[in-house]
Amino acid sequence: MVTLKIDGKKVTVRKLSTVLDAARKLDIPIPTLCHHPELSPFGGCRLCLIEIKGYPKPVASCTTFAKEGMEIITASPSLEKLRRTTLELILSDHPKDCMVCERAGDCKLQELAYFYGIRENRFEGERRIYTKKDNNPFVAREMEKCILCGQCVRICDEIQGVGAIDFAYRGLKTKICPPFEKDLDCEFCGQCVSVCPTGALTGKMWAHKGRQNFKEVETVCPYCGCGCNLTLHVWRNEVIRVSSKEDTINEGWLCAKGRFGYGFIHSPDRLAKPLIRTAPKEGVDLNKPQNSSRFTIHDSQFKEVSWDEALDYIAVKLKETKEKYGSDAVGGLSSARCTNEENYLFQKFIRAVIGTNNVDHCARY
Amino acid sequence: MTNSIPEIENHDVIFVIGSNTTETHPIIGLRMKKAVKRGADLIVADPRRIDLVRSSSLWLQQTPGTDVALLNSIMHVIVKEDFIDKKFIEERTEGFESFKDSLDEFTPEAGERITGVPKEKIVKAAFLYGDAVRPGIYYTMGITQHTHGTENVYAIANLALMTGNLGRESTGVNPLRGQNNVQGATDMGCIPDFYPGYQRVDVPGIKQKFEKAWGVKLSDKPGLKAPEMIRAAIEGKLRALYIMGENPILSDPDVRHTINALKNLDFLVVQDIFLTETAELADVILPSACYAEKNGTFTNTSRTVQRIRKAVEPPGDAKADSYSISELGKRFGYEMNYNLMEDIFQEAKKLWPALVGVTYKRISKAGLQWPCPTLDHPGTPYLFKGGFPRGRATFTSVRYRASEELPDNDYPFLLSTGRQLFQYHTGSMTRRVDAINMVSPGAYIEIHPDDADKLNVRDGDIVKVTSRRGSLDIEVMVSERPLKGLVFIPFHYREAAANLLTNTALDPVAKIPELKVCAVKIEQSNK
Repeated sequence: MVTLKIDGKKVTVRKLSTVLDAARKLDIPIPTLCHHPELSPFGGCRLCLIEIKGYPKPVASCTTFAKEGMEIITASPSLEKLRRTTLELILSDHPKDCMVCERAGDCKLQELAYFYGIRENRFEGERRIYTKKDNNPFVAREMEKCILCGQCVRICDEIQGVGAIDFAYRGLKTKICPPFEKDLDCEFCGQCVSVCPTGALTGKMWAHKGRQNFKEVETVCPYCGCGCNLTLHVWRNEVIRVSSKEDTINEGWLCAKGRFGYGFIHSPDRLAKPLIRTAPKEGVDLNKPQNSSRFTIHDSQFKEVSWDEALDYIAVKLKETKEKYGSDAVGGLSSARCTNEENYLFQKFIRAVIGTNNVDHCARY
Repeated sequence: MTNSIPEIENHDVIFVIGSNTTETHPIIGLRMKKAVKRGADLIVADPRRIDLVRSSSLWLQQTPGTDVALLNSIMHVIVKEDFIDKKFIEERTEGFESFKDSLDEFTPEAGERITGVPKEKIVKAAFLYGDAVRPGIYYTMGITQHTHGTENVYAIANLALMTGNLGRESTGVNPLRGQNNVQGATDMGCIPDFYPGYQRVDVPGIKQKFEKAWGVKLSDKPGLKAPEMIRAAIEGKLRALYIMGENPILSDPDVRHTINALKNLDFLVVQDIFLTETAELADVILPSACYAEKNGTFTNTSRTVQRIRKAVEPPGDAKADSYSISELGKRFGYEMNYNLMEDIFQEAKKLWPALVGVTYKRISKAGLQWPCPTLDHPGTPYLFKGGFPRGRATFTSVRYRASEELPDNDYPFLLSTGRQLFQYHTGSMTRRVDAINMVSPGAYIEIHPDDADKLNVRDGDIVKVTSRRGSLDIEVMVSERPLKGLVFIPFHYREAAANLLTNTALDPVAKIPELKVCAVKIEQSNK
C-alpha cells in the first residue's frame, strides 16, 4: 500500500495503482477521454494532466503510478489552461454537428466542451475526410468524429480478444480501421460502441429513434444462460436501444444478440390475438420464409377470437381429454424463456389441475 | 454451475469440454479469456477448432461421442501420477477403490485409439488439470446430447472428485445453461419427476406436502420427459399437449417424427410470441407477452435469481403467460389468483427453503444466488463448501460405449448439430431481427477442406445432405474447423432444419437425444 496526498487530502491505495485511481478513490474529478478502468492505461488524450510536487512539468495521471509521499495538485489555473487548449485541439477538426449527432447528450467530448465553455476555436484547420465503408448492420462509424482515444482498439483486443481494429497511418492521417481499411467484419459485440466517448461509433439501429426523455428499464437478457443485465431504453412504448451498466454481473459487456438483437420485440409478426383453427391441419412447409407465416397461415387456417372464447374452448377440450383418456393423456411443455413465476404456475396447473406429472421443458435442446 | 461467473477469472486451469463458449455463452467466454490473460491454462476438448482454441494451451480434438474414453484416460494418468486428493476422497466420497480399478484399461494408448487424441496430449491434460490449484470444468451439450450423456457427466464428476476439485472458490464443475431461464424452469419444477426445488414426486411425504399447499390430490407417478411425450403422441397415449413458449418441431430430433407426433394429437395448444413452426399445427394459439413486456424473475446459469421488468406494453391482445394459466385454472374450478407477480414467487419459496432469502426487494439491484435460505443470507457463490447435501459423493464407474449411429459406407459422415453466435435456438426471435439476418442469413454445413476435395464441392455450393431420417439442401462452408469426416450444421434455420437429419435415440436416464452424433451422406444437389 502507498499513501499520497491529492489536493491536500491523504489517500492510501494498493501498490501499482495510478494517480488517477487514487484521485477517483477520493472522488476528485479529473477529466479523461481515453481512460477505461478495465483497459490498460493509454495516456493519449492528455486531459488527465496533474502536477506533482518536485516534477518539472505536468504528467498524465492515468499513466503515473502512485508513490509513497507524493503530493499532487489536480486543478490549478495552468492545468485548466492546458486542458482547455488540449480540448480545443481535439475539437479543432471535429464536425460541429451535435444537433444531429446520435451521441449528443451522452457524449463525453460534448460534455467537456460544455464545462470548458468552448464555442469558438482558435485552431480551425485541416479536416480529416474519410471514405465511408459502412455496410455492416450494427455499428455506424463516423470516423471524422473519432478522437483517437483508442478505447475501441483496446477493448476489442483486451476484453473481446478479437482485435478487429487498430490504428493505421500517422499524424493527421491517423485513423482507426479494420485491416486494409476494409468494412468492419467482426463479432459485432458492440463493446467498442459502448465505450466510444464521442459520436464516432454508435448503434446503427439507434438512428433517429430519440436521444433523450427515454425511460431506462433494468432487466435481464432474453437469450443465453449468462443472465446479462440489460438496460432497455424505452420511448413511447418502444425499445429504442439496449445498453448495460458496468456494475453488473456482465460488467457492462454484451454480445451481438444482447446488444443489437432486440428488434423482435416490435416485429410485425408478433401474435396479437388468440387464434382458433378453422381448417384441417396441413403439414409444416419449412421452405416458406420464416416471417411469412403470420400472414398466410393465419388467414387460411385460423380465425381470431376473444380470449374468453379461446380459453373456454381449451378448457372444454382439456377436460374432455382428461375424462376420456385420463390425466396422463395430457402433457405440458413449458419454456426456458418464461419467468420463474410462469414456470411455477405452469407446472402447478399441469399437476394440480390436470392431475399429471407430464410436465417438462426444453432443457435438452 | 457450482461456481459463479466472476469466479472464472481466478481459475488457474480451465477445462472446457463440449462447449463452444465464446459463441454460445459469449460473456462467460470473455471471463475465460480474462483468466487466460491472467495466466490460467485453458484446455479445450472439442472436435471442432472452436474460437476458444486460439486462447488455449492445449486442444484435444476428440472424435464426437468418445468423451468417456477421453476423460477416463485422463483420469488413468491422474491415478498413475498420483495427482489424486487422498484426503478429499477419504473424507467426502465413497466407492473410489472400485472406480479406480475401472480406469485400468483406459491407458493413454487406449484413449488415443478410441478418441483420436494423441496420447501425449492426454497425458499433458492430466498433468495440467491434476496439478491445478483452482481448476474449473465447463461443459454444455457437447457432453450431454449423447446416448451416453449421463455417463459423460459422471465421468466429469469423477474427475473433479478424485482431485478434490469441488466446493472451493473458483474450483468446481460448471454446466452452462443454453437458454436464459433453463435453470429457473428446472428449479420451478417444470420437470416430470420433481416438484419445485428438486423434490421427487414419488418420494413419500413430499407429495403430501404439495397436496397440502395446493389443496388437491396429486399423482405420485413420474411423468413423461419431453422426448417421451413426442413418442407417446405417436403411440396415441398422449392425446392433448399444452406448449408454452417452445418450438419442438425445429429443436427436437427428426422433424418428420415430431410433426407426425403433433399432428396425431387430438388437441394442441401453443402459447407463444410468434406463429412458430409448432404453432402451425396448433388447434388454439394464444399470444404471449415477451420478456420486455412483463415482470418476474429469471435464474441464470450460475443460480442467480434476477429481476426482469416490464418496459413496454405487449402488442394487441397479447398477454403474459401467467394470465392464461390462471384463467384456465379458474375454468377448472381451481383458483390461481395472485395480486402481484411476487406473490407467485412467495408461494414457490414456501415450498423450497433454498429460495426463502430471495425477495424482489433484495434483488432489485443485483441478483442473489441460491441456496439463500434466510433473509439475511448473502447467497451462495459456490456450492458444496464443507460437504455434499447427500453426505458422501459417490464415484460412478463408467465404460466407454459407442454412439448409436456411426458413419458407415452408406452414410460416411458424422453430423453434429449446434448453435452459432448470431442466431438463437429455433430462430423465432433472432431471425426476425433484420440486422442479425444480414450477418447470418442462412444455414450452412461446415466441411473439412479434405472432405470437400473428395466430394468435389467448393465454398458456396449447394449440397444435399441425407440421413436415415430425412434430407435437406444446404450451402457448403469449407472450413478447417471440423475434424476430417465430421460435418456441422447449426439448427437455427427452418429452411434447412438440421433436425430433419438427427437421430431420436435417447440417453436411457436423462432422455436427452443424441443430437451430436448421427451418420449422413453428402451429394451434389441438383438445386
